[in-house]
Amino acid sequence: MNAARAAQGAPAAPAAGTCPGAQAEGAAGTAGLGEVFAAGLLRENPVLRQALGLCSTLAITTAVTNGIGMGLATTFVLVCSGMVVSAVRRLIPDSVRIPAYITIIASFVTLVMMVVKAYLPALDSALGIYLSLIVVNCIVLGRAEAFASKHGVLESAADGLGMGIGFTITLVLMSAVREVLGAGTFLGVRVLPGFVEPMLVMVTPAGGFATLGVILAASVAIERRRRPEVEVDLTDDVCATCTLGCAFKANEDRFARMEQAVERFERDRAQAGGKGSEA
Amino acid sequence: MAQYASILFGMILVNNFVLVRFLGICPFLGVSKRLDSAVGMGLAVTLVMVLATAVTWPLQQLLDLWGLGYLQTITFILVIATLVQLLEMAVKRFLPPLYRSLGVYLPLITTNCAVLGVAILCIDDGYNYPQSLVAALGGGLGFLLAMVIFSGVRRRVEEAEPPEVFRGLPITLVSAAITSMSFMGFSGVIDHLFGA
Repeated sequence: MNAARAAQGAPAAPAAGTCPGAQAEGAAGTAGLGEVFAAGLLRENPVLRQALGLCSTLAITTAVTNGIGMGLATTFVLVCSGMVVSAVRRLIPDSVRIPAYITIIASFVTLVMMVVKAYLPALDSALGIYLSLIVVNCIVLGRAEAFASKHGVLESAADGLGMGIGFTITLVLMSAVREVLGAGTFLGVRVLPGFVEPMLVMVTPAGGFATLGVILAASVAIERRRRPEVEVDLTDDVCATCTLGCAFKANEDRFARMEQAVERFERDRAQAGGKGSEA
Repeated sequence: MAQYASILFGMILVNNFVLVRFLGICPFLGVSKRLDSAVGMGLAVTLVMVLATAVTWPLQQLLDLWGLGYLQTITFILVIATLVQLLEMAVKRFLPPLYRSLGVYLPLITTNCAVLGVAILCIDDGYNYPQSLVAALGGGLGFLLAMVIFSGVRRRVEEAEPPEVFRGLPITLVSAAITSMSFMGFSGVIDHLFGA
């Protein structure tokens, strides 16, 4: 793994942004890029397979336009922050990498916010604070930590694009279901016949949770039928599947170690006290 | 006084951070399996939300003063990350018993959207300083309430046998939908009670 990383990283780092250098890696490199890109679409889809970025998936998918806007904004941030993190990955000391990644991500989020506010004010008011909350979207920080910090610039861009488009597809799917059933429209155009009463509950928060639950179950069912050999298991322990350094598991270990140390200390003290009284 | 009560209970019940605003979904789903960890996480988030708002609100005034409002996101997230780190160090050094019960949750909170969310919401809603602190407290208590209720719901769900494809996350989300629906009953009640 380390050897592979060094082999990929070494030629890619000096070739950052220059196409001839990247082409020198040959056909294998391009096939690799395609594969990296395709992984995020379905096989490693951030929402359907990794259960990441659920906050914005649930919150803004009341209309298809919101889904598209949010998806493209996140894709832009994913691609740009992935490329920058990858380019500076050797310059950042390991201990401050997470704050450094957050700063890089926040800069691009600010950029997106300014553009949306200036040119798409309707989308800006529809997305509200969720646009600035892209900065704490686990997909973005997760890809920076799990992929971009270990791979070359081009691969990181392909990964960000794949993950971003995978995220957008899920958002559009989810908002299409909620908009059609909840408001009777698709992209603002009425699609349900007039006598069908829209189910208002679908555009409420409760409808968001329920729709995501059903879509996840459907994606598990489809994947099982399509590729029965692959074990698809969506655990409800989302922290265990999270790729961030803050993973609850790691902290649980730390917690357990701390408990053991306290117990040992108290046992030793009890033993020392017992001996003292005997003496 | 009625105005503060209206903000507090509005944040807890009507605009519940998890069940209505979808902020902090990750810890809501990840740490709500056991009641004790749900309470620990809820209290830690409440503490950090109030402290973060106490720091970010004055900062926003400074940013506005210098015409740097567009730096809000980047400033807030860095301040919150630093604050959580400092809080962890301080609690570890001075309050070891508290650290043992809440400390494990602190690193999880840095990238929790509920904390950044409340800081930005207070600015967007135009709250003054005491109103912002009350709103942050309400947001945190609402998060705690949702975590505690949901940990009870999950105990039942774990004993149930849903269809094969719904096992795990899907059925958890569907039960969250029903919990969220029960909170919809509160909308209107708070406004009516406090006449805001």
